[in-house]
Amino acid sequence: MDSLADVTSSEDRLRRFLLGLPGVDQVGAEARAATLSTRSIKTTAKAYALDLAIQMIDLTTLEGQDTPGKVRALCAKARRPDPADPTAPQVAAVCVYPDLVATAKYELRGSGINVASVATAFPSGRSSLAIKVQDTKDAVAAGADEVDMVIDRGAFLSGRYGLVFDEIAAIRDAAGDAHLKVILETGELVTYDNVRRASWLAMLAGADFIKTSTGKVSPAATLPVTLVMLEAVRDYHEATGLHIGVKSAGGIRTAKDAIKYLVTVNETAGPDWLDPELFRFGASSLLNDLLMQRTKLATGHYPGPDYFTLD
Amino acid sequence: MSRFEYAPAPESRAIVDIKSSYGLFVNGAFVEATDGKPFKTVSPASEEVLAEVSEAGPADVDKAVRAARRAYEKVWGPMAGRDRAKYLFRIARLIQERSRELAVLESLDNGKPIRESRDVDLPLVAAHFFYYAGWADKLEYAGAGPDPRPLGVAAQVIPWNFPLMMLAWKIAPALAAGNTVVLKPAETTPLTALAFAEICQQADLPPGVVNIITGAGRTGQALVEHEGVDKVAFTGSTAVGRSIARSVAGTDKKVTLELGGKAANIVFEDAPIDQTVEGIVNGIFFNQGHVCCAGSRLLVQESVYDEVLARLKRRMSTLRVGDPLDKNTDIGAINSAEQLARIRELSQVGEDEGAERWSPECELPAQGFWFPPTVFTGVSQAHRIAREEIFGPVLSVLTFRTPAEAVEKANNTPFGLSAGVWTDKGSRILWMANQLRAGVVWANTFNRFDPSSPFGGYKESGYGREGGRHGLEAYLAH
Repeated sequence: MDSLADVTSSEDRLRRFLLGLPGVDQVGAEARAATLSTRSIKTTAKAYALDLAIQMIDLTTLEGQDTPGKVRALCAKARRPDPADPTAPQVAAVCVYPDLVATAKYELRGSGINVASVATAFPSGRSSLAIKVQDTKDAVAAGADEVDMVIDRGAFLSGRYGLVFDEIAAIRDAAGDAHLKVILETGELVTYDNVRRASWLAMLAGADFIKTSTGKVSPAATLPVTLVMLEAVRDYHEATGLHIGVKSAGGIRTAKDAIKYLVTVNETAGPDWLDPELFRFGASSLLNDLLMQRTKLATGHYPGPDYFTLD
Repeated sequence: MSRFEYAPAPESRAIVDIKSSYGLFVNGAFVEATDGKPFKTVSPASEEVLAEVSEAGPADVDKAVRAARRAYEKVWGPMAGRDRAKYLFRIARLIQERSRELAVLESLDNGKPIRESRDVDLPLVAAHFFYYAGWADKLEYAGAGPDPRPLGVAAQVIPWNFPLMMLAWKIAPALAAGNTVVLKPAETTPLTALAFAEICQQADLPPGVVNIITGAGRTGQALVEHEGVDKVAFTGSTAVGRSIARSVAGTDKKVTLELGGKAANIVFEDAPIDQTVEGIVNGIFFNQGHVCCAGSRLLVQESVYDEVLARLKRRMSTLRVGDPLDKNTDIGAINSAEQLARIRELSQVGEDEGAERWSPECELPAQGFWFPPTVFTGVSQAHRIAREEIFGPVLSVLTFRTPAEAVEKANNTPFGLSAGVWTDKGSRILWMANQLRAGVVWANTFNRFDPSSPFGGYKESGYGREGGRHGLEAYLAH
């Protein structure tokens, strides 16, 4: 597909390209996800999956009531998820609003854990491009290593693909060296055809990661949506040789669910994507369940929830 | 560990209790065979002998048919439909209760992966009994006249590919309609049918309503040729189906035959590609390809041929072949040495005729009967692998240019059991479904079954329908 550079040369070509992508059959995609969910991951495979899932977490707090104190606590948890077990790995990143990036950055210094910041008028994205760009610059200036932007779903749903593309490209520029995750908000795009088109649109516009959801809209991440996005990054890699990451955010609360996602990654995009550089979970409560299952696997019994820290 | 290697996740065998030997189930009790030698049934995954089973000779067949006749005349025939329904509902519930055990037993004896016996076979078996239980007291609304009557004693001979599911397809409608049955399971897979006999005892089914006799082709022949039989139902190969049709010709026995197939799975350029690849895989590798309606001929529009093939091969590389009882196994063992030999032979013919053979790298166990998932490209209509039923995990790929050509090629076969159409265009699906001479046409899916949906073939794929209201008609006189 050497014509990929061409497809972004005009809005018209972009539209034709996106509308020409093969369709996704809803029943078939959901059936495939359901079959992958039946994989039985036990013993050594489970231990591997649990540790990998922990390392893939973007430990997240995105609330109006967030304070520096809350973020400090979260960072401590990120550094040492299980105080009782130093062998438990660290998470990939801590994800906060832009105004708390500096706090997180300071708390995580020297840990190797990234600071991710949402930006671009998260979660609705309803603001001018100038404000979105400034939002992004603020986050990066405060030290964000990763920027999680939202696309303009209104523009996407009304077929203004060029506008969405240009916005992502502008944020890509504003983010500089920071890793750019593009949130599609699949719960608002609704159809799998839209998810596939938005995935390609984001990758063509310069996303390092495509991300399912803000976590503020229901449904957030689902397994079939993630499957369709993994197919998109796999096909994009086939066409360009580039590896784009996928982040499933929101609604993944149990280790059992997380393992289903890892199986889907493994059997769809392939083992290359079983890497925190290329797959992430946006989650908060998932971490404790992973830790609990990890302890269960090592010791043979479940400790009570009070043995794991709130944050 | 740098890679995500799935650790073995074997389903426990402890739940099944296989006896060292089994008699015949006649008139509500297990009895010794009076003539014929016992034979062994093995696990095709390991060649381990699972049990010894009795071969029913002519005298045993006669006993079973007489028991069925008595039960038909004295108990089951006169019984009110609502009472027959109670027994069928009871059987359906017992199957659900024992479904894990039956799934393990099925995988052991047949070689199919536990994921399929657990998630496909057993749910469908129970659903079939529930569905026909519902019909038992509503027969006058089945479209077979105002006062439909049962036929009498049904002789039923079933294959080894879906042992318990085929049993359900045969027994449930027969019993609901008021017939009694003598059923012979395939000689390589008798164990779940014998477990079903225990379920009949558990359900207090009156003696003689269901009789299960084991044996090979000779037993089956004696059964369908027995004078006391009113109805013959057979699922299996076209060759055997032909000989059955011959043997019942000139008698007043009613016959339904569900025979072979060489289904075309037709992929258009606008197909939803990833789901299509799943459908191709499911169409031919489900149950090791031991499926009469398997999508064994893939017809791909030339404009998307390269892409479909590349994606298909990539997907095939992720298929997990091995221990049927491992919950992560996608493809299990070939059912018998005999079947394996046939698959090998036809695959060799495919190579000799110039088709290109490809299989993903996969390690096959040393013991047992195994064949890797295989695809042949460069196949033409003239090749034997495009015409004959291989009944294994072997896909023949052909191409077409226009919808009309696809139809022509799809119909250019003596069979006509099923077909698949993959396209995003609804109008084309309907047009294709009208043109294809096949009993089942799946659109954007494959190998989907439901008890309420009739199933059966055109041409040499047989006659009569099973499933749904139509399946009931095959067991009613009107």
